[in-house]
Amino acid sequence: MGSHGIKDRVAIVGMGCTRFAEHWDKGLDDLLVDATEEAFGSAGVTKDDVDAYWLGTAQGGMSGMVLAKPLQLEGKPVTRVENMCATGSEALRQAAYAVASGAYDLAMAVGVEKVKDSGYQGLNAFPVPSDGTQRTLTAAAMFSMVAPAYAARYGVPMDELKAVLARIASKNHFNGARNPRAQFRREMSVEQILAMPEVAGCLSVFDCAGVADGAAAAVVCRAEDAHRYTDSPLYVKALSFVAGNGSGLTDPAYDYTTFPEIVACAQDAYAQAGITDPRAELAMAEVHDCFTPTELVLMEDLGFCERGTAWKEIQAGAFDLAGDLPVNPDGGLKSFGHPVGASGLRMMFEAWLQLRREAPAERQITTVADRHLALTHNLGGYPGEMVSFVSILGTERQG
Amino acid sequence: MTRGIAGAAAYLPHRRLDRATIAAIAGGGGGKGTRTVAGYDEDTTTMGVEAARDALRSARGVVPDLLWFSTVNPAYADKTNATAIHAALRLGREVGAFDANGSVRSGVGALLAAMTGQGTHLVVSADLRSGLAGGPDEAAFGDGAAALVVADADDGPLLADAIGGGRATEEFLDRWRTPGEARSRVWEERFGETRYVPLGLAAWSEALTSAGLVAEQVDRIAIAGPHGRAVAALAKQLGFGDRHVGADLAGSVGNLGAAQPAALLTAALESAPPGQVLALVVLADGADVVLLRVTDAITAWAPRRTVAAQAAAGAPIDYGTYLRWRGLLPVEPPRRPEPARPSASASGRSTEWKFGFVGSAGEDGEVHLPPQPGDGVDVPMADAAGTIATFTVDRLAYSPSPPVVFAVVDFDGGGRLPVELTDVDIANVAIGARVELTFRKLFTADGIHNYFWKARLL
Repeated sequence: MGSHGIKDRVAIVGMGCTRFAEHWDKGLDDLLVDATEEAFGSAGVTKDDVDAYWLGTAQGGMSGMVLAKPLQLEGKPVTRVENMCATGSEALRQAAYAVASGAYDLAMAVGVEKVKDSGYQGLNAFPVPSDGTQRTLTAAAMFSMVAPAYAARYGVPMDELKAVLARIASKNHFNGARNPRAQFRREMSVEQILAMPEVAGCLSVFDCAGVADGAAAAVVCRAEDAHRYTDSPLYVKALSFVAGNGSGLTDPAYDYTTFPEIVACAQDAYAQAGITDPRAELAMAEVHDCFTPTELVLMEDLGFCERGTAWKEIQAGAFDLAGDLPVNPDGGLKSFGHPVGASGLRMMFEAWLQLRREAPAERQITTVADRHLALTHNLGGYPGEMVSFVSILGTERQG
Repeated sequence: MTRGIAGAAAYLPHRRLDRATIAAIAGGGGGKGTRTVAGYDEDTTTMGVEAARDALRSARGVVPDLLWFSTVNPAYADKTNATAIHAALRLGREVGAFDANGSVRSGVGALLAAMTGQGTHLVVSADLRSGLAGGPDEAAFGDGAAALVVADADDGPLLADAIGGGRATEEFLDRWRTPGEARSRVWEERFGETRYVPLGLAAWSEALTSAGLVAEQVDRIAIAGPHGRAVAALAKQLGFGDRHVGADLAGSVGNLGAAQPAALLTAALESAPPGQVLALVVLADGADVVLLRVTDAITAWAPRRTVAAQAAAGAPIDYGTYLRWRGLLPVEPPRRPEPARPSASASGRSTEWKFGFVGSAGEDGEVHLPPQPGDGVDVPMADAAGTIATFTVDRLAYSPSPPVVFAVVDFDGGGRLPVELTDVDIANVAIGARVELTFRKLFTADGIHNYFWKARLL
């Protein structure tokens, strides 16, 4: 028994990512075609060269045919996967394992969500028939409970904590303003964000990820074959996943200042990748900033800083684009919005650009000068009951 | 065998409408004082549950054989409403549950059926009383519930023995309502008065005879009925003037319809010394009189929430919100998808949780809310108090009355549940605040009322 990972056995050799936006003029099929064509082109392959497909979509449709139809795939295995907001990451995880197993030579992971056809703002879940006793709170309200809990546990005045949260949003908007694929491309000052009315707990809409349509795709192969497709592949160092059992909702010991599923998931990923000091070894991280308090706690749960110190590190700019460890250099969910099935692959797309030094100059991080690893983190669910995904990707293959 | 009242409780909802605020918006109507207003998440069934919980608590050890539920304003037709109360109280399958609904008189009718019947009866009545904006009914009515436990002396200590009664029934039109309409219609008041007073006198005289009493031996009287003038006139003719129970509640609570008789009787019992002779008179499509003698057991009775205490408590509601909650002011619904209807079969599998708030415990004794598969032990938690561990206000979530105030509650005796708060003013919510559970309606979808529990500040 054990989680061994597939370090350096699989490589990403091509990627594509649409602009994330309210794509009123594009449907799910258009988004799938756009993202996959870019990924095929990036790897220099055709749809027929890819042996198997994994499609991540939370609510875009049932079965692999959702992808097989618009791409007109002939006789290909296509699997639709869903793992809440980590759906896109899950697609990549399955494709990578399929290639590592030797079952296929070349596989593609695609993530897509067409959110803006619902007629309502925000993300709206499929109602599963139930006894009607389930909580009906929004995700924003669930995550808002982290802020006062964190403030109380570490003795941070609430006003100061709100400024920290605003700084997280401001930082991500700064980065997103430098990203042509982002939905929101305007810088927002801390003062502007603090002036917004509260909608859930102490959170304003500017503490929340936007909502957008989008798609992203990755082509993966065995690591030893990577240079057939590209001179600069990204090697998969770790893929880790934890599905929580919901005990945080019912356990009086849970205090809403940490996400235990993520701590466990990160530890497994670091063990797979052989990372002992993530703050020093990682060149960048893309994390699931669905709400600003989430990013705050993630800095500690992912081991980027000591418990109770993230708020100070954020204020000091440690995770800024030019900081010690740039977090969400692409602008994050904050700037991109969150097409559920696509977000995990969008995060990897930024690692693909940054580690290969293909990001636009105004957004290119400088930590890549002496570091070659990136982390992506994707979660689904709420404090107390969530799924967590962590990947480590790198440009250098060992062994 | 002596039969009588073994337990009693009334429930008055949290909100109070100041009648003086009505005229400015409705262009007329209103008056002095306040009336009770049920929450948007309450209906006659949920209010009935709250009253019945306290009535059963007050009649310790008495287990009902039958449950009656009366209201003019039932949550469901066709489907029995008493079964939801039965489920929330976790009564046994062998306990009957029946509605006696539709008219104001149904409340006292169920009580009389219980008094003349056999076994132990839990008689629950509740009403949610509306009239159209600016009308006299809107101001004079109130919302609330009351429950009485009727038993034999053998079943447990009686608070009051039934010692006699009388009745008179007559068909005449004084007040009527087409089912589904928001208003009642009334005939000229004077006509009803000329019917009700003689009917009341006839029933009164029959009751005195049956009890072997003369009028002077009756210490206290409670007169219920939707016809205010007739009630006052009869009280006067019987020599009680305005010293009848309930005269003071009209100013703060309002007339509770089918629940008025049991609520007034409860209020009378709550302040009665042993030996007192009490009369309950109900003028509704006839006249019904019940005579009771308060027993020594009354001295050991400590009601959890008296009518007087509840009438003095509460918090204001503005008239606009009242109209909104009543559906009398159609407003733009939240721009969120409406919730899906609860599944009948899924609800059927979780009746103990959904209606009874029964959690579970495993081998380690930890309480799980909701119950966890594999745990062996049921843990009823509806009566547990709890403490707010953290909370939030959700202005985005769908609610029949946004915003949603929501807390993570740790219960005394174990267990944690993130649960919605109700009857709450946001400024009063704090980490560490104490809460209790209350049976509510989360929403209605496809005509299905989604009943579950919420927490309210203690």
